[in-house]
Amino acid sequence: MDSILRVQGLTKRFGGLVAVDNVSFEVPTGEVFALIGPNGAGKTTLFNCITGIYKPTLGTVTFHDHDLTGSPPHRTAKAGIARTFQNIRLFDYMSAVDNVKLGHHCRMHSKLWDSLFKTPFERSEEREITEHSMELLQLVGLERQADNYARNLAYGQQRRLEIARALATDPKLLLLDEPAAGFTPQEKVELMGLVGTILARGITVFLIEHDMKVVMQASQRIVVLDHGEKIAEGPPVEVRNNQRVIEAYLGKSA
Amino acid sequence: MTRAGDFVRENMRNPNAIAYFLMAVGALFYPIVIQFINGGNGDFLVGLAADGGIYVLMAIGLNVVVGFAGLLDLGYAAFFAIGSYTYALVASNHMGVTPIGHSLHVPFWIALFIGMFVAAAAGALLGAPTLRLRGDYLAIVTLGFGEIVPRLFRNAGIWTGGVPGISALDVPSLPGWFQGPWIGQNFVWVSDFRFTSANLTAYYVLMMILITFVVILVHNLQSSRLGRAWMAVREDETAAAASGVNTVTIKLLAFSIGAATSGFAGAFYGAKLSYVSSENFGFIVSITVLAMVVLGGMGNIPGAMIGAIVLYFILFKLLPDAPLQMQALASSLGLDSLNQSNPNGWPGIAEVVKRSQYVIFGLILVGIMLLRPQGLLPSQIRKQELKHSEHEPLATPRQLQG
Repeated sequence: MDSILRVQGLTKRFGGLVAVDNVSFEVPTGEVFALIGPNGAGKTTLFNCITGIYKPTLGTVTFHDHDLTGSPPHRTAKAGIARTFQNIRLFDYMSAVDNVKLGHHCRMHSKLWDSLFKTPFERSEEREITEHSMELLQLVGLERQADNYARNLAYGQQRRLEIARALATDPKLLLLDEPAAGFTPQEKVELMGLVGTILARGITVFLIEHDMKVVMQASQRIVVLDHGEKIAEGPPVEVRNNQRVIEAYLGKSA
Repeated sequence: MTRAGDFVRENMRNPNAIAYFLMAVGALFYPIVIQFINGGNGDFLVGLAADGGIYVLMAIGLNVVVGFAGLLDLGYAAFFAIGSYTYALVASNHMGVTPIGHSLHVPFWIALFIGMFVAAAAGALLGAPTLRLRGDYLAIVTLGFGEIVPRLFRNAGIWTGGVPGISALDVPSLPGWFQGPWIGQNFVWVSDFRFTSANLTAYYVLMMILITFVVILVHNLQSSRLGRAWMAVREDETAAAASGVNTVTIKLLAFSIGAATSGFAGAFYGAKLSYVSSENFGFIVSITVLAMVVLGGMGNIPGAMIGAIVLYFILFKLLPDAPLQMQALASSLGLDSLNQSNPNGWPGIAEVVKRSQYVIFGLILVGIMLLRPQGLLPSQIRKQELKHSEHEPLATPRQLQG
């Protein structure tokens, strides 16, 4: 099995609190991989450690055989890991298309000189990324919102815009932090369609999700966290019937 | 319809386009009108306006730092000082009295750019360790830097001339310049032209040309990937970083570009005065420029320019003239007694106004901010932000999710 991301012995402590405790797993290339667990299990902290927003206390993160442990976020983005946030973090006062254009930043080659003097190279690069941004907006169904401020979009549109911005960084691995939170059943179906399209573009998807139906349907493999520890890993059917997982979610039966 | 017609119609409703147009027309006609009103003796006022251009340049530069990238810089005058002193060292006889023992006279335009680059480097040096700080913390560090630099220049003894500073700097020059009937002379091409107080109109024109260039360059920056990244960093630094923006570099760049503009203005200012002294770069300069940017409209280039023009006019024309104006007003109203000092403590109206200059200045600032909290010519974003903070919806879905 060819894995795109390898997490080994990852631990994150905040003072006395152990948010993530010695977690190891591998994300296979080209699949949908899910991370689940009750509230406060350390899922988002794990994402933050992978993308460099937090430095892990112990352990390593290896992406495509490159050690990315503790790299700053812009470097993990450049390496090919993109992400969305649980509590949507868009640039509120930038238009939708500008949000997506910003995502291209780390793939652009214009230098300060080009920007200052608007060289032909800068102009053509800007044109290219504007076109590409519109394509991405179309992919997530927001082409008609291109010129609206991000903050004026509807909630579901904002979630999709964040995915478009993440895709603009040209990732190999896309981390989605609760992409379906607050969605209607119809929106969830559309989201699953979008995840399929992303997968078809050769991008591996790694998602945190609460909705079991979504997780069971969409993912090929699941890791379960509870109190920072990995308690189970495997295909959906296996995980669903795992005794520890049931206990973590429903509590121990007497 | 003609293309010109389309262009005009497109921009008629754009406040920035109107502001640029008015400023350009104003800049063009200002010397003519002033000379006409003053019967050809308006040189002083033309020179005053040209000096105001220094503040316009600084406001444009600080707007990059504060308005675009959202970094509060309270020590902006330090870079102005560094530009001035660098120019002074490489373009005067002063190096001759320092231990180096050789005076340097680098040609004006090269020296100007040396001043600019040294200031930019100083910006990068200060920024590298401090830009990890955010908001208030950064403001305090820059405040400290703004205090340290002039003191350093005052106390660096022989190197900077101490308290009296450095004088007899090379004045701005060009290989050639047009003289003509517009300043009451014959039409003639003067080679090796020097900008001194004898030809203030030329100095004014040069200043306007420099400002035009700087505006074009900063505009290009704003609409490039850098401008977009600055905006993103200001909005949400974590999201910007996760989207691939190296936030430290991008902030450093904003800081350096602001410093470069200030250094450029400082070098030019030193050359024009032909003199630098550490007294010219105090905290009050930093604060004045910041007030210009905030009052004009943060994040909007023509806004910052208008803020600079308005505040400069108030500080350097309105307030200095106010005592005599009040005296004249009192006389014309037949209240001559107000003009006399009298033994029970009344020092005369002119003196009262003079003493309360900064009270008046403060009141004007408060007044403008009350009437236009978003600035005289705000950016679209700033307008939106203020609007939304007033009518914040009860709860957005995002907050409900939280």
